Amino acid sequence: MNLETMIFYFFAAILLFAAARVVTARNPVHSALFLVLAFFTAAALWVTLEAEFLAITLVLVYVGAVMVLFLFVVMMLDINYDLLREGFWSNFPLALTVAVLMAAEMTLVLAGRNFWANGNGGAPNVHGPGYSNIKELGRQIYTEYVYPFEIASIILLVAIVAAIALTLRHRKDTKYQDPAAQIAVRRNDRLRIIPVQPDNKLRPQAADATPSAEQQS
Amino acid sequence: MIVAMPNLTPVLPEIFVLAMVSLILVVDLFLTEKNRFITYALAQLTLLGAAWITVSTHTSVPSHTFSDMFVDDAMSDVLKLMSYIAVSVVLVYSRSYLSLRGMFRGEFFALALFALLGMMVMISANHFLVLYMGLELMSLSLYAMVALNRDSALATEAAIKYFVLGALASGLLLYGMSMLYGATGSLNLSQVATMIQHTTGNHVVLSFGLVFIVAGLAFKLGVVPFHMWIPDVYQGAPTAVTLFVGAAPKIAAFAFVMRLLVEGLHGLVHDWQGMLIIMALLSMAIGNVTAIAQSNIKRMLAYSTISHMGFLLLGILSGTLDGYSASMFYVLAYVLMSMGGFGMVMLLSRQGFEAETLDDFKGLNQRSPWYAFVMLLLMFSMAGVPPTVGFYAKLSVLQAALQAGFLWVVVAAVLFSVIGAFYYLRIVKLMYFDAPLDKAPLKPQGDMAMLMSSNGIAVLALGILPQPLMALCAYAIQRSLL
Repeated sequence: MNLETMIFYFFAAILLFAAARVVTARNPVHSALFLVLAFFTAAALWVTLEAEFLAITLVLVYVGAVMVLFLFVVMMLDINYDLLREGFWSNFPLALTVAVLMAAEMTLVLAGRNFWANGNGGAPNVHGPGYSNIKELGRQIYTEYVYPFEIASIILLVAIVAAIALTLRHRKDTKYQDPAAQIAVRRNDRLRIIPVQPDNKLRPQAADATPSAEQQS
Repeated sequence: MIVAMPNLTPVLPEIFVLAMVSLILVVDLFLTEKNRFITYALAQLTLLGAAWITVSTHTSVPSHTFSDMFVDDAMSDVLKLMSYIAVSVVLVYSRSYLSLRGMFRGEFFALALFALLGMMVMISANHFLVLYMGLELMSLSLYAMVALNRDSALATEAAIKYFVLGALASGLLLYGMSMLYGATGSLNLSQVATMIQHTTGNHVVLSFGLVFIVAGLAFKLGVVPFHMWIPDVYQGAPTAVTLFVGAAPKIAAFAFVMRLLVEGLHGLVHDWQGMLIIMALLSMAIGNVTAIAQSNIKRMLAYSTISHMGFLLLGILSGTLDGYSASMFYVLAYVLMSMGGFGMVMLLSRQGFEAETLDDFKGLNQRSPWYAFVMLLLMFSMAGVPPTVGFYAKLSVLQAALQAGFLWVVVAAVLFSVIGAFYYLRIVKLMYFDAPLDKAPLKPQGDMAMLMSSNGIAVLALGILPQPLMALCAYAIQRSLL
């Protein structure tokens, strides 16, 4: 067993452990953190496959952005975890039977000699020192895979349209500022000029009445 | 490095639809509520333009482009045309329904056209990745459309169920595809097909991947045992969306199965035949038997969809060209009937009233003899009573399966469709022999009335003269698979 294989098994073991804990952890925050660990070790595995760019993107996008958002959501929502677990044990026997059956079937298929006899592709090519993963990826995406790439962009557009269509609510009682109206305002809209004659004095009785009213209250 | 510009002529319909959706999204921003019909008109115009482009760029020889990821052959052209027609009819049917419920919004039309674009991508895909992208484009638009009426708890629940199960199905599909990629070293359907032919010895990895692919496909088609989402989604979604989900996406699902199983994995035909037989039989059994117990018409039609999808699989599993064209005929006939059925549900609805139960059909003959007759034709066609198109569709599918030597499957299919005839005929009985519960006259708008009538007449006419459509299907299949 050479060093590379040992590294692979080391990360693979952590990955499996983290993935198992994601589903078994009682606290969803712990689950989310274990998912971060799983992403991280998966990224490490990709580095050993010489897919550096994908590995870095996985860490930046999934660990850095998506999972942080996810953690925020998990912490902000007030979820009653006991309610979520209700009915777990009543469904458990059935679920266990299905799981054991599936595991047994998959073991039978995967452990058979035939599965590995042909068609497992062999080891990936080893590239020279001048090989650039990003360059290769860019070339592929913008030439051979340009069609799926464009469709992916349309899917993102659909996501925007759908998200806005589902959440935008025109409420009439919200208070908001209209900068255009604020800028376009004219002096006459806000200010009323009342011509005051210099000889038009206020009557003294009216001036005295106000303080006395305040004293009474 | 010089990269050759891909040939854009075969992709013109897709490009046109995309450009028009973007235009609609922008134009819709500047429209007031009163002028919303412009969005509707633009959507119909898009469909018309796309149809014109598809017809005028049609060639009888398949053309490939975008590094062999996109294929434009006779089958894709015919199926695309039918999808345009289906979407167009759906939009006409749902116009007054939507505007009465405050859902006549630009997003509905934009999402519908995005879904159509996804279907078109799937119909002409020649690559696992493109198939998957098209599927996601369509599904995401459909999820959003189901949830569009978000104040309804039922619709939101339906959308969540649809989304979660759809995501699970996509996962299964992707897993199967990755297995096949591992075994063949290619994602291109034609290359996968040749690789499979040259693989000698065992197919264990291939069939392992195939199991997941078939499971994912079954989810999308809605056949037993992956059918649980269909009744809930059909019932919970606004009827206009149910109509949409039940029409054009079925054509795309057929194309998906054809591209994946027939073009890509034809070398494994003996592996998938067995799986399809089980799913077809179960679908016909559970779909028809459960539909009897339903009192909600949308739920009943959902279970009827499941049984029809079982019939659709019968033609595909026969593994012959005749079988494929019979299946294609079946899916087109089914879309015609399904549009009529859900269109009728919307016709009976009015402001603040949803005609959802079977009782709403009581005494329809006294309220409007003509629409009762149209519904009678649709129900007869779904049950497979001659001389309607449903009879001919069932006949050709059964014939294909019989020729492929599946006698007992055919016998079971006939038995289940006899069981199914009960609940279709029950609606006929309710319409003609029961007293109406509410006497409000039906007042459909002019375009809907005309289209609804021609929908009913088409079901009858195609049953009497099925040859043109049958020949079209045979032409499409033979030109594409040879």
